[in-house]
Amino acid sequence: MKELSIYIHIPFCSSKCFYCDFTSFSGQSNRVKEYIDSLIVELSLHKDSLQDYRIKTIFIGGGTPSAIDAKYIFKVLDYIYKNFNISSDMEVSMELNPGTIEFEKLNIYKEAGINRISMGLQTFNNNILKKLGRIHSAEDFLQSYNMLDNAGFENINVDLMFNLPDQTISDGMKDVEALVRLGVKHISYYSLIIEPGTLMHKWHQENRLKLLDEDSERKLYYNVKDFLKENGYQHYEISNFSMKDYECKHNMVYWKIKPYIGVGLSSHSYLNNKRFWNTDDLSSYIQELKKGKLPIEEDEIISKDIEMAEFCIFGLRLVEGIDKREFKDKFGVDIKVLYKDTIEKHKNSDLLFEDDRYLKLTDKGLDLANIVEVDFLP
Amino acid sequence: MYNIKQENIRNFSIIAHIDHGKSTLADRLIEKTGMLTTREMQSQVLDNMDLERERGITIKLKAVQLIYKAKDGEDYILNLIDTPGHVDFTYEVSRSLAACEGAILIVDASQGIEAQTLANVYLALDQDLEIVPVINKIDLPSARPDEVKKEVEDIIGIDCEDAPLISAKEGTNIEDVLESIVNNVPAPVGNPNEPLKALIFDSYYDSYKGVICYIRVYEGTIKAGMEIKMMNTGKKFEVVEVGINTSKHVVVDKLEAGDVGFVTASIKNVKEATVGDTITDANNPTPEPLPGYKKVIPMVYCGIYPAEGEDFNTVREALEKLQVNDAALVFEPETSVALGFGFRCGFLGLLHMEIIQERLDREFDLNIITTAPSVIYKITKSDGEVVEIQNPTNMPPLTEIEYMEEPIVTASIMTPTDYVGAIMELCQNKRGTFINMEYLEKTRVVMNYELPLNEVIYDFFDALKSKTRGYASLDYDLKGYVKSELVKLDVLINGESVDAFSLIVHEDKAYERGRTIAEKLSEVIPRHQFAVPIQAAIGSKVIARETIRALRKDVLAKCYGGDISRKRKLLEKQKEGKKRMRQIGSVEVPQEAFLTVLKYDEK
Repeated sequence: MKELSIYIHIPFCSSKCFYCDFTSFSGQSNRVKEYIDSLIVELSLHKDSLQDYRIKTIFIGGGTPSAIDAKYIFKVLDYIYKNFNISSDMEVSMELNPGTIEFEKLNIYKEAGINRISMGLQTFNNNILKKLGRIHSAEDFLQSYNMLDNAGFENINVDLMFNLPDQTISDGMKDVEALVRLGVKHISYYSLIIEPGTLMHKWHQENRLKLLDEDSERKLYYNVKDFLKENGYQHYEISNFSMKDYECKHNMVYWKIKPYIGVGLSSHSYLNNKRFWNTDDLSSYIQELKKGKLPIEEDEIISKDIEMAEFCIFGLRLVEGIDKREFKDKFGVDIKVLYKDTIEKHKNSDLLFEDDRYLKLTDKGLDLANIVEVDFLP
Repeated sequence: MYNIKQENIRNFSIIAHIDHGKSTLADRLIEKTGMLTTREMQSQVLDNMDLERERGITIKLKAVQLIYKAKDGEDYILNLIDTPGHVDFTYEVSRSLAACEGAILIVDASQGIEAQTLANVYLALDQDLEIVPVINKIDLPSARPDEVKKEVEDIIGIDCEDAPLISAKEGTNIEDVLESIVNNVPAPVGNPNEPLKALIFDSYYDSYKGVICYIRVYEGTIKAGMEIKMMNTGKKFEVVEVGINTSKHVVVDKLEAGDVGFVTASIKNVKEATVGDTITDANNPTPEPLPGYKKVIPMVYCGIYPAEGEDFNTVREALEKLQVNDAALVFEPETSVALGFGFRCGFLGLLHMEIIQERLDREFDLNIITTAPSVIYKITKSDGEVVEIQNPTNMPPLTEIEYMEEPIVTASIMTPTDYVGAIMELCQNKRGTFINMEYLEKTRVVMNYELPLNEVIYDFFDALKSKTRGYASLDYDLKGYVKSELVKLDVLINGESVDAFSLIVHEDKAYERGRTIAEKLSEVIPRHQFAVPIQAAIGSKVIARETIRALRKDVLAKCYGGDISRKRKLLEKQKEGKKRMRQIGSVEVPQEAFLTVLKYDEK
């Protein structure tokens, strides 16, 4: 049976963070019930065509999935379990915001089969947390982390961000050191991206953000990389580190260009060489589903050329690189013949190297990944 | 319709500042006289080219004939001849003015008269044209028609008492303009029975009919079947048809003294029917040609090269097509180490150059790279040989040069007195020699300077506009050549000399120019994965240096979850950007870099 992943989007938040450009909003909590009903209708519309698939991973993201009543999360997952084929070792992740949970909620999550938690901490520095528009403090995080531990969740990811306003290199190191002391199994370490349309972007334009210069930003990243490796973490993707066997299986699906269905507002799906994505308008999302129609805004056929390029582009984000054999098996072409010039060019400029099995970015290449990736586009 | 007598013909053009409503008024006149129904009318009929419409300037002249029944009950032929409005095109303005007896001067009722308009008004007055003032945009809340009328009277000294107050946009009082033309513009004179004497004021190539000449007949009559002679080129042709231009070409039996219209005569090349030439009857020629125009000579040269992925032959074909209708454009093939095969092209001035570049881009969808513009230098070598060069790459080694000469222009700058100081400083800075200053009236002067042309084509016009907030206007004429201490300035990128950036500059300016170019290039060339030094050098002596720091980071931290397309599209955008780059050695140079280094820097 073929494998499939499911992404579930919960767009509700208690407040919007200043850097966030995902589809999310605060102050619509009266529509949660309606939204969950729509999610279930959407899943039911996909159900019949997906009977040949076995669900390998589920990821509930947002927004803030932990901000809504836990019974809704249970309801959605329960629907999936009852209507789709499920793998016995399925990974079920959910994003959770510090300061939004109590012990009761965690029990329901457990019962709902959630076995991996991804927490958005961003930093332990309370001043910076305020500048990001986060609603929690470092203390809230520690409290929530303890609760998770007590509730028996051990597969936990913590999101950190760096190159934050007013952050120093030593601030950044302290964040990582603290997580290592806690024994966190998985750390996502993102350099701040200032996205157009966010408040952060406006302030950046107005020169009001004090960020690290490029050299310091990279220095912090290298220090963190070294530190985590010394402490038993593997650097497995540009922004992701984990203890052995704690990689995020769901994200691996994206990076390996495998099929997934996304349900909920603005979610993306990839199935049978077609990508399609939902509307990001809450009312039309609900209305379309009431009419029994999928709320798809647009779709895109992925040609073989593009699929191969995407496989390489995302494969290179993985530190182990692209498995040359896997490429050959999947596409029936030798990657070294197909991208001969590109591979030669970037090997010569020390951005790319290869061993018997893998083609991968050098350390320098990881910093300049876009330069390499661009050349794989058709 | 052709039985209208000579005294009922009015030949006129419209003079207006950009945005003051020339094309809109032309539309209204055409509409009012019923040449086109409103539905047929594409907004702004006269400006046909996209480029013209966007830049608000009319590049190629056109003529259109209107029939108007005046309040006196008589029918009049109104020939509207369009004019361009920029310093590079002064010759075209005089071309069209020479075919007229009058000109409408449009002045914006809120902004008043503007500097650039004045130069054209004076051209018209020089040719004894009757000026018909019209105050436009009276519908605007900021309109102050009485003050503006007074201003026109004070500055130009023409009576504005009865000037029509109109809104071309709203169509208000358009008839007043037509009446004013009929009553104030003199009818043409000339005898249809004299030997033919007609002026070509514009021509363009049509693939079916050959060259179509727009003419103004001064004496005599021209009709199909007649053998004509171009008095300047000496070429003879048989007239195929004569006609007038309404919304389309209308063939008529004949054109007589006073008429404006077109002639076709199976002419294969515009060069055989040059603008400004006089047409006469080959069998009964007029003794003297009309004064005509000064010959158009290119004063500015630059290299035009196909950009990455573009074909040399496609560029050549496009240039050939443009040249057919633009006798002022010249080009010949050349090669550059950095840019490969391309063309050295000659233009009237910087605007002309920019327009050709834009037309290549828009009308032919060509991606091109242009090199720094240059003038023609004369070099006397030690062995006495004199060579002319307009490409810095061809400059002989210093040891072989006895002396060099550069072209000098006489420039007249018309300006409100407030800016005299700023202009003097600018001209001084541009190696200018002050000749004199004349007061036109209390607050307006003409300053005359001698300036090296290579300074004028660099950024003089932009600097002048910026320092005088657009109030000064510039006109210049080639005066001749003078000896000058010139050097060749080379630019090295990552240690490699890039011929396309080489410039010939005055010794005193070399250091400053070298530094500016290095600075600007360091701003426009993107960072690479290695540090890129940029140097300016004279011979082997480096006079300026900048370093573009190595790029440390070009990677996206997060990948937007399942939104794979978003990441891919970001990369596609990056790839598009790369396509517009020129590979020089291992450095990618954006095409803008070639022009950016020439732009005026407001410091």
